[in-house]
Amino acid sequence: MIPELNIALAILFLPLVSFLLLIFFGKRFLNRSGHIATTFLGIDLILAFFLFFSKLATEAVWDITVTWIDFHTMVNNIPLKLDIGIMVDNLTTVMLVVVTLISFLVHVFSLAYMKDDVRYSRYYANLGIFTFSMLGIVVTNNYLLMYVFWELVGLSSYLLIGHWYEKKSASDAAKKAFIVNRVGDLGFFIGIMIVWMQYSTLTFHGIFTAIGSGVLPYDSNAWLTAAGLLIFCGAIGKSAQFPLHVWLPDAMEGPTPVSALIHAATMVAAGVYLVARTFPMLTADALMVIAYFGAVTSFIAATIAIVQNDIKKILAYSTVSQLGYMVMGLGVGAFSAGVMHLVTHAAFKAGLFLASGSVIYAMHRALHHLNDHHTDAQDVRSMGGLKSKMPVTFWTMTMFTLAISGVPLTSGFLSKDEILAGTLAYSHFTGHSLIPIVGFLVAGLTAFYMFRMLILTFMGEHKDAHRFEHIHESPKAIIIPLMVLATFSFFAFFSLNPISASQGWFFEKISYPAVVVPEKLAATPTEEFVEEIHHQHTMAMALSVGVSGLGILIAFITYFWKKISADAFERMLKPLHTFLYRKWFFDELYDATVVAGTVGLARLLAWFDNTIIDGIVNGAAWLTKIVSVISGKFDTLVVDGMVNFTAFFTGMMGQTVQKVQTGKVQTYMIFAIIGFMVLLALYI
Amino acid sequence: MTITLTHFLLISAILFSLGMYAVLTRRNAIMVLMGVELILNSANINFLAFSRFGDMNIEGQMAAIFVIILAAAEAAIALAIVLNIYKRFHTVNVDEISFLKD
Repeated sequence: MIPELNIALAILFLPLVSFLLLIFFGKRFLNRSGHIATTFLGIDLILAFFLFFSKLATEAVWDITVTWIDFHTMVNNIPLKLDIGIMVDNLTTVMLVVVTLISFLVHVFSLAYMKDDVRYSRYYANLGIFTFSMLGIVVTNNYLLMYVFWELVGLSSYLLIGHWYEKKSASDAAKKAFIVNRVGDLGFFIGIMIVWMQYSTLTFHGIFTAIGSGVLPYDSNAWLTAAGLLIFCGAIGKSAQFPLHVWLPDAMEGPTPVSALIHAATMVAAGVYLVARTFPMLTADALMVIAYFGAVTSFIAATIAIVQNDIKKILAYSTVSQLGYMVMGLGVGAFSAGVMHLVTHAAFKAGLFLASGSVIYAMHRALHHLNDHHTDAQDVRSMGGLKSKMPVTFWTMTMFTLAISGVPLTSGFLSKDEILAGTLAYSHFTGHSLIPIVGFLVAGLTAFYMFRMLILTFMGEHKDAHRFEHIHESPKAIIIPLMVLATFSFFAFFSLNPISASQGWFFEKISYPAVVVPEKLAATPTEEFVEEIHHQHTMAMALSVGVSGLGILIAFITYFWKKISADAFERMLKPLHTFLYRKWFFDELYDATVVAGTVGLARLLAWFDNTIIDGIVNGAAWLTKIVSVISGKFDTLVVDGMVNFTAFFTGMMGQTVQKVQTGKVQTYMIFAIIGFMVLLALYI
Repeated sequence: MTITLTHFLLISAILFSLGMYAVLTRRNAIMVLMGVELILNSANINFLAFSRFGDMNIEGQMAAIFVIILAAAEAAIALAIVLNIYKRFHTVNVDEISFLKD
């Protein structure tokens, strides 16, 4: 076995050890649980970095496969067996570092944030199992184990979102996340089954080799596209793409560090990672559908984010929007850019969530100090002016906001720029000009709503002077992760050239995978596409800086200088505002259709049970009763009649005959003598 | 006139009839018992008559003695029963003692 794979296994299983330790002995560790889990993750992070550097130094792909179940039969002349294994390539190592880094920082952050939580050990245990599941998705080399870990992520996200399950909204959100994810997973599962039916293998290598050799599922182009799209269904669920994005904003009911972990680096990234892994087998048609899904998602979420007032809701919708961006990037074929946006977004979005956690923490403490239980600690309208009180949080938050807005010199600029260039190149080749239009529009919207949030939270005057006095900067455990993530939001970590990522190490190492789809089905060949991206790059950069700048400018005009009244606009466009504020009425729509449909079906089935099934049962009972009544009548009348008649007859006869029985000895003796005489007379 | 077996048997039959009459008609239990004694004695006369005129020799007289012993035992037991009946019913009238009827 390759020694590096031992390290990969160690990285995978350390969080599991942490989970098992805390879930069984958590009570004994008490307040040390957090430190124990954090230590485990720290070791995990060091190992991940070690593996990262040793992997990037070599071109080899470390892959090991073992047969789990051998069915000892042949299908299509291929031995039928279930193979499992782990694989480490460049994409995996990058993901390992991202996951362990964010998870480690979240662990550190939670030391302060969750300090007084009633289920402190449980919380850290759940973080462990969550990290384990996510790492599992990343290191497997087959769809089978991936699906297993995929479901484990679903389960552990359920546990984490529902951490404060006493709150109904939290337990509802946990259930919603779990169920909505199941919908997507169904498609994923069917996709896996199509592949399995055809190729009798689930390893990426095996499937791609088979497709590369020209074997298509059921010899049909459409089936290959369908398989790709069904696997993408899993990503729709996990990465909160339209139309299954509704769970993610609700999942903000979980603790804020959990939001950072789930919605920045891990769970939602799993979907994008899945698309990246499946990328070689996606046909041009499938990619087009994926691109449109991404574009629609990013647009819808961005418009909703503009009008939200809850700081975490704004970030939630911005996450959905950015995930749409990544999916769109992958869909148009800009593979490296999509994956890079996943990585850069993981850093700055985790940062944004943790920074918002820091703000909420400070607000919460201030409100608690004043015994104010009415003000919402997460509402940006009740904040403002926090800059002077929380400088570290403010400056790191600014860094993250600049990164997500795509301002030059940040990591977000590099990846977003490449995606936008990719969309331009895509429209150049295929004529789908809607996608770049949506891309740039969303870039502008993102800049606008992120700066709206930043300005409302940190600048201007605080709404309540008395409360303002009680707001303090958060403790070290909270601000150190922020500083680390802010550092990673600079361009230098991804490319030394601040205006283009394409010459950086990331594009070199996470290169376009070899497409295995037959040529007539495949999208634009990679070389041509990359060439076109280079052509479009300058234009994309100019446009993206332009729209972002415009968005930021409008945000400052509206909320900082207050030249434009946001309230006036709100009143003027009341129906539109309501439409956006209520999130395009998606929840209402689903309640009215899917949820009501399910409940209606349940009612129908209940009615069927109550009326038809119970009717049959009751009818049978009624019939039995009637039969028994008849049988009873027969018994009482006929059978008893016969018995009674016998008794009556016997009694009557007895009555008659008993007259002879006088009880007088002498009478008996007379009878005896008479009898004797009769006998004598007869025989003599 | 010579006395033959027929005379003995005739007397015995008369005695038996008298005894039977007493047993069937007397109300008093003691009288009934006395009737029984008469019947037994009529049988004794028959035994002795056959012993004298038949070929039975001494066996007839032996049987008569047995009957006398038996009658003594019977009288003892029957009187004891009558005493008990009297204790129970305060009467020895056999017509009133129809306890068997129930």
